[in-house]
Amino acid sequence: MEALQLFLDNFADWDSLVRIWPLLWQGLQLTVLLSVVTLPVAVAVGLLIAILYSFHHKALNIALLIWIDLFRSFPVLVLLILIFYGLPFLGITLPSFAACVLALTLNNSGYYGEIFRAGIESIPPGQREAARALGLHPLQVIFLVILPQAIARVLAPLASNSLELVKTTSIAALVALPELLRSARVAQEQTYNPTPLTASAVIFFVLLWPFARWVARLERDMIMRQK
Amino acid sequence: MTPLLDNFFNTAILAQYWPSILGGFWLTVEVALLTIAVGVLTGLVLAIVRAMRWKPADVAITVFVDIFRTLPQLVVIVFLYFGLPYAGIQLSPFAATVAALGAVLAAFATEIFWSAIQAVPQGQWDAARSLGLGFLRVLFLVILPQAIRIAVPLLTNRAIAITKGTALGTAVALPELLGRAQSAMAIAANPSPLTLAAALYLLFFVPLVVASRWLEGLGPRRH
Repeated sequence: MEALQLFLDNFADWDSLVRIWPLLWQGLQLTVLLSVVTLPVAVAVGLLIAILYSFHHKALNIALLIWIDLFRSFPVLVLLILIFYGLPFLGITLPSFAACVLALTLNNSGYYGEIFRAGIESIPPGQREAARALGLHPLQVIFLVILPQAIARVLAPLASNSLELVKTTSIAALVALPELLRSARVAQEQTYNPTPLTASAVIFFVLLWPFARWVARLERDMIMRQK
Repeated sequence: MTPLLDNFFNTAILAQYWPSILGGFWLTVEVALLTIAVGVLTGLVLAIVRAMRWKPADVAITVFVDIFRTLPQLVVIVFLYFGLPYAGIQLSPFAATVAALGAVLAAFATEIFWSAIQAVPQGQWDAARSLGLGFLRVLFLVILPQAIRIAVPLLTNRAIAITKGTALGTAVALPELLGRAQSAMAIAANPSPLTLAAALYLLFFVPLVVASRWLEGLGPRRH
């Protein structure tokens, strides 16, 4: 019992939690804002890459594949540090929020680009030909015929990547953006107590867990379909 | 062009910091390989334990998997390094990074192996059991060889994605590639070391990403 009390005092101390809650609440809002801004932009860029790829222009496709693999290979934190600390040497200084949006978008454009591309390429070419023969405009073919089927096929990696994107926003803590993790670290140093860290982990878990479960189910279904 | 070259490809500075940065690169490789070994092996073991369908173990594994596939990697690293000392456990930056990334990869690997084991048709179990093979023999000789083949493409992608998290070690002062490059950049007041680090990361990860694309192509076709 003594050990449990010691543990609770250290890792779940109610008084320090009440004291630092405003800080964590602000951090949480910034985490949500960063996710809500970045997610649609990254999806849009990834979609654009995949749609451009679907026109099968040889030189363009090589360039697009290089873009995709380059950003899939580049650790997103390295990209963020390069943008935030490197670009100022060229006279381009971005605030930490913008730097995070840019780094996360570039990184995820590679992932989303590859996912959408794989989805679109998995649709038999007959679909496109048939839709064209019916007189649909090439953009109508993409948006009305190909994409709805493609997205249904890659829903699992799409959802999984979106979850990873939201989780990755926590790297913003390393360029001094006071999102949830950063706020928790600041609070921990003010209170000499790890309760803020526990609290931030619990907040991340409670908010993301339902989504993580859903993603896990989609991925399991995808594997089972390979039977 | 000159400011670009002076700032990002300054040969004098690159030559000066090359040994330090190369040292960081090897540490990154070490952390990466260790993370993959710890994560994949733990995941395989947990999936095998799960296949034995023993309720308490099943519950414990589910809790472990859900926690570590939900929490951001950086949150786990920071918690292990800055939180655990309050419980009297002081991990080194190296141990904290490997333990955190290893746990995250283990969670995903458990899921993937377990789904793959379940994807092997039930008839395989029945047939092998009726030939007189014991549970463990069926699992290791019949089911796992097929399951691992199903798991490989997904596992490769996941392992690469998580291994890229080695750069997060810099948050707990692990002197890996990014950490070394950042301190060199601060001392030299020039970002060339960062360019070098970025190039080394690409050197390490581009072949892996290209290989995973190739591996995926070998997998079962889905149309």
